[in-house]
Amino acid sequence: MLIACHECDLIHRLGRLSPRDTARCSRCGAVLVRRKPDTIERCLAFTLAGLILFMVANIFPFLAFKMEFQVRQTTLLTGVVELYRQGFGGVAAVVLITTFLAPAVHLLAMLGLVVPIKMGFMPPWVPHILRLVKMTLPWSMMEIFMLGILVALVKLTKLARIEPGIAIFSFFGLICVMAALTAALDTHWIWEKWTTRRLPTR
Amino acid sequence: MSARLSGLLACHTCHLLCRRPAAGSRGLSCPRCGTALHGRKPNSIARTWAYIIAAFICYIPANILPITYISTMGHVQGDTIMSGVIYFLFTGTWPIALVIFVASVFVPLLKLIILIYLLISVQCRSTWRPRDRTRLYRITEAVGRWSMVDIFVITILVALVQMGNLADIHAGPAAPFFGAVVIITMLAALAFDPRLIWDSEES
Repeated sequence: MLIACHECDLIHRLGRLSPRDTARCSRCGAVLVRRKPDTIERCLAFTLAGLILFMVANIFPFLAFKMEFQVRQTTLLTGVVELYRQGFGGVAAVVLITTFLAPAVHLLAMLGLVVPIKMGFMPPWVPHILRLVKMTLPWSMMEIFMLGILVALVKLTKLARIEPGIAIFSFFGLICVMAALTAALDTHWIWEKWTTRRLPTR
Repeated sequence: MSARLSGLLACHTCHLLCRRPAAGSRGLSCPRCGTALHGRKPNSIARTWAYIIAAFICYIPANILPITYISTMGHVQGDTIMSGVIYFLFTGTWPIALVIFVASVFVPLLKLIILIYLLISVQCRSTWRPRDRTRLYRITEAVGRWSMVDIFVITILVALVQMGNLADIHAGPAAPFFGAVVIITMLAALAFDPRLIWDSEES
């Protein structure tokens, strides 16, 4: 199989790769292909876990702020609403996209990709989903939001008592699951199967 | 040999190699996945320059204007990004000062400088250490999104600290500019085509 490096355009002839093999560009060192074993099964597991954690992370408050008998709890979306109320619609939209919409679209797209393949057929929307996932990836910033929570925690400890809620733990789990999901997706394998339109009998 | 010199086009999305027709590659799409095919990202250099200039313009108000207003007991205080860093530096939590300084001031500037260097080196057809320059590009691409952390901190502060007269935090006019810097520098990195670095090597 011939493949061009996406970073320096050098053409390589790839032999057969065994599971977990990585092919790197001989000129610039970029990863050409990384084989990931059981990609469909693992992606399905991470997608389902991700969806559950995503719901918990967004329904329950992730921080509670206590100051002189007043308690204020916050979910991810209260911050977005508050920014919008203060007249920062653009900033609110950016936060909404990067911490809510992009991860949600990513998880739902993966569900629509992996479930049919697991059940044994190649749906016609596979190319659109793979393109969508590739597009949403750089804009999904949950792990950065987690760092933001930590910084905010330290900033506020002098001002009042801060208590972490359940959502903060599911948030942390979600970050790990999303990273694992990205690492488990073997797009090259799916494109090959898409070309032959046949699933391996395993 | 590169795909460009062998008359081939690689699809950005599915990596399929296609033969480039003699009539040129305008308006072609990938036969496997339907993505528009280009030999190189279209107008990569001009678009990256445009994003860099726009980011520099936004970088100034993002750093001069206050990014949060904190009011406690009727006393309102505006904080810029730098004054926040200095505050944390002198109140003992220097790791936080470091995180904010690196993510909000240092990384966006470093990213812009690296991209400017890469653009100039490509435009001068430099053949100096292309492998390291590709690595520089990879770093800018990976690290840029972390600048968003300050926007998230503001979001959380604004959501939590709404205690009326006791304590109140509002976002400041620098926030949209700062968000714009982060997004525009990310778009700049996406607009730059690292394969241009290797093109001068071959010609």
